[in-house]
Amino acid sequence: MRWQSEPLLVVDHLSMRFGGLVAVKDLSFQVGRGDITALIGPNGAGKTTVFNCITGFYKATSGRIALAHGAAATPDAVDVLTRSDRRRTYGKNPELFLLERMPDHEIAAQARVARTFQNIRLFPGMTVLENLIVAQHKTLMHASGWSIGGLLGLATYRAAERKALELARAWLEVVGLLDRADHPAGELPYGAQRRLEIARAMCTNPVLLCLDEPAAGLNNRESAELTKLLRGIRAQTGVSILLIEHDMSVVMDISDHVVVIEYGTKIADGTAESVKNDPRVIAAYLGVEDEDLAAADRVNADRAPAEEGRGS
Amino acid sequence: MGNIGEALKAALIAALVTFGLAFPIVALRTDTNLSNQLVLNQRSGLALALAGAAFAVRFVFALLYPAGFVRRAAKPRSEVPPHPYLRYLPRVGLALLLAFPFIALAVASAGGPGILKVVDTYGIQILIYVLLGLGLNIILGLAGLLDLGFVAFYAVGAYCTALLTTTYGFSFWIALPIAGIVAALWGVLISLPVLRLKGDYIAIVTLAFAEIVRLVLVNWVPVTGGYAGLSDIPKPTLFGYSLGPGPDSLWTALSIPYAPIYRLAFMYYLVLALALAAYFVTLRLRTLPVGRAWEALREDEIACRSLGINTVTTKLTAFAAGAFFGGLAGAFFAAHYSFVSPKSFEFLESAMIVAIVVLGGLGSMLGVAIAATAMVGGTELLRELGGLQAVFGSGFDPAQYRMLLFGLAMVVLMVLRPKGLVSTREPSVRLAARPTRGSPAHRPQPAE
Ligand SMILES: Nc1ncnc2c1ncn2[C@@H]1O[C@H](COP(=O)(O)OP(=O)(O)O)[C@@H](O)[C@H]1O
Ligand SMILES: [Mg+2]
Repeated sequence: MRWQSEPLLVVDHLSMRFGGLVAVKDLSFQVGRGDITALIGPNGAGKTTVFNCITGFYKATSGRIALAHGAAATPDAVDVLTRSDRRRTYGKNPELFLLERMPDHEIAAQARVARTFQNIRLFPGMTVLENLIVAQHKTLMHASGWSIGGLLGLATYRAAERKALELARAWLEVVGLLDRADHPAGELPYGAQRRLEIARAMCTNPVLLCLDEPAAGLNNRESAELTKLLRGIRAQTGVSILLIEHDMSVVMDISDHVVVIEYGTKIADGTAESVKNDPRVIAAYLGVEDEDLAAADRVNADRAPAEEGRGS
Repeated sequence: MGNIGEALKAALIAALVTFGLAFPIVALRTDTNLSNQLVLNQRSGLALALAGAAFAVRFVFALLYPAGFVRRAAKPRSEVPPHPYLRYLPRVGLALLLAFPFIALAVASAGGPGILKVVDTYGIQILIYVLLGLGLNIILGLAGLLDLGFVAFYAVGAYCTALLTTTYGFSFWIALPIAGIVAALWGVLISLPVLRLKGDYIAIVTLAFAEIVRLVLVNWVPVTGGYAGLSDIPKPTLFGYSLGPGPDSLWTALSIPYAPIYRLAFMYYLVLALALAAYFVTLRLRTLPVGRAWEALREDEIACRSLGINTVTTKLTAFAAGAFFGGLAGAFFAAHYSFVSPKSFEFLESAMIVAIVVLGGLGSMLGVAIAATAMVGGTELLRELGGLQAVFGSGFDPAQYRMLLFGLAMVVLMVLRPKGLVSTREPSVRLAARPTRGSPAHRPQPAE
């Protein structure tokens, strides 16, 4: 099992408390390098909260979140870093990051963890292309000499911008939005916005891509396309994917590894096959599946005709 | 057609509100009598008449449009490429700006107001506001940070120039960039408490900051001169030659007889150059990562952070860049009028600049220019419209009502064009060549 032999992300005894409410309680799990890992659980189980802790939007109440670039992290190396008061190592292999000590933008820029949001967060007034260029902020900022070289119109910056445009164009092709490149992102149909958000996250060149309910609000055809897209992205870039998903067909279809949480604690952890047959999971989660599916179908039936118009 | 009962109700409410507002403002009027004493005049009849008018207007309106203004769904903007002629607008505008003193000459010789007045109030004054608007456009229009205290940077630039050129004897040309840089430093300073705040709180803190700056200017008498301000600020020179009258002026050296318009025209071209510089620098910044990060910040701060953008430095640079242009405007203001006092840096100025940016359309520099022209030029024009006296009687002084008319115009504009005068946004980068009307890229695509 890759999440045991070659973990990319190690979440240790993570807890998150909001006042009296314990949203995540002593949660530990690992994400294997190159795996597609699904984090599932009923509504309000604390999945989004886990994402927010990993990506630095919430400061975890307690616990450790370690991420390794390069070789697999050894527990010893992680312990050494934990005892020091530093956030990360410099120039080591594996390069280690303690995400719970880092602010959100450093997690994205240095630890290279990218994410999408449960309620899509694009830059709606900017064009599709600009959304992807903004995602390459760090590289471009460097090339523009923190704007001074860019203001003077240096050639290095123009070359970097051309490269950024090429990368953006490549991702637009992958998600099938090339013909919409110069349109405001807010005017795209819902499914296209979801795909654009994924492409934007990928433009930051992440090692870990966290997707919060990427199939929410998509119809069956779009969900199937999404699974294909995610598989393609992993094959092409080798990025590890951690996703929250309600649609069990998507989860069982693409996940190498499934972590199930309920009331903020883990109730199952293993391959899709083993989790599916776990009695606690069936009780906690799959028991409500029929209702969920019926509700989802109603939503899809409502939106399908309106959204179909210009799809991919 | 709406329901009469509902209409009556709406009209009654409108009448009550009008009367409530009009009573203290209109119904009670103080005048001085012959022995210079204040006397209170009752004009309740007028207030009642106003309320009656509001009732009638609201009633008719409610009957005709029971649902209020229904805005048509905006069609996707991007589908409509700009009219090809619009591309020439910047060039035509630039030509007009460059030729303005000559246009003023033509106006003056055609019997209009004097050339000095035209260049000063309609040229220089508007361009100062354009420069201020371009500065605030970076903070409010691009980065989306509601700064209600922009006038503070204007004041810092003006007082900095005044002190440097009078007390320390610097030349204007050295004081100008220093004023910009000092204002930018103040921009960084104000952004520090603002960094963790959102929306309305930013507005309150910046408002308070501007008030603090003004109070310091009023109370630090030994340095700022208090209410009396600082005067005798030297005018800019050119290569060491004065541009005024006198033996050591440029005009004597060139043996041209001096005329006041020469110096004024010089000042006009100076502020025009500053405004154009602000325009082109902003244009360039928008295509750089900082500029894109500003706009992204305005669109969604959380998404920015998820992409590795440090929103703290992004806000900081926005404040610094905007304040820099505000400081330049202040420096020019001080040198042009040779006099600064706290009176010029009150909240009303901030409100004016915010109005220019919002009315112009957030983020649009062309909008800033148009709105500044309309607002500053328009209020000046109102002062001079003697013709209105024929309509409202000889006691009517248009200057007294200009703020009222001005507010009315703003309300109407915001109803008709809620996104400002120029609401189209030019992308900072495009993949395809820019579409024009009739180009193949714009022909309707056959449905798939
Ligand atoms: N910022 C917050 N403040 C207070 N409570 C929160 C906050 N974020 C999440 N919660 C609570 O934590 C619990 C888990 O929420 P969440 O992680 O969004 O669940 P889900 O598994 O559906 O994504 C919920 O009870 C929610 O109300
Ligand atoms: Mg959630």
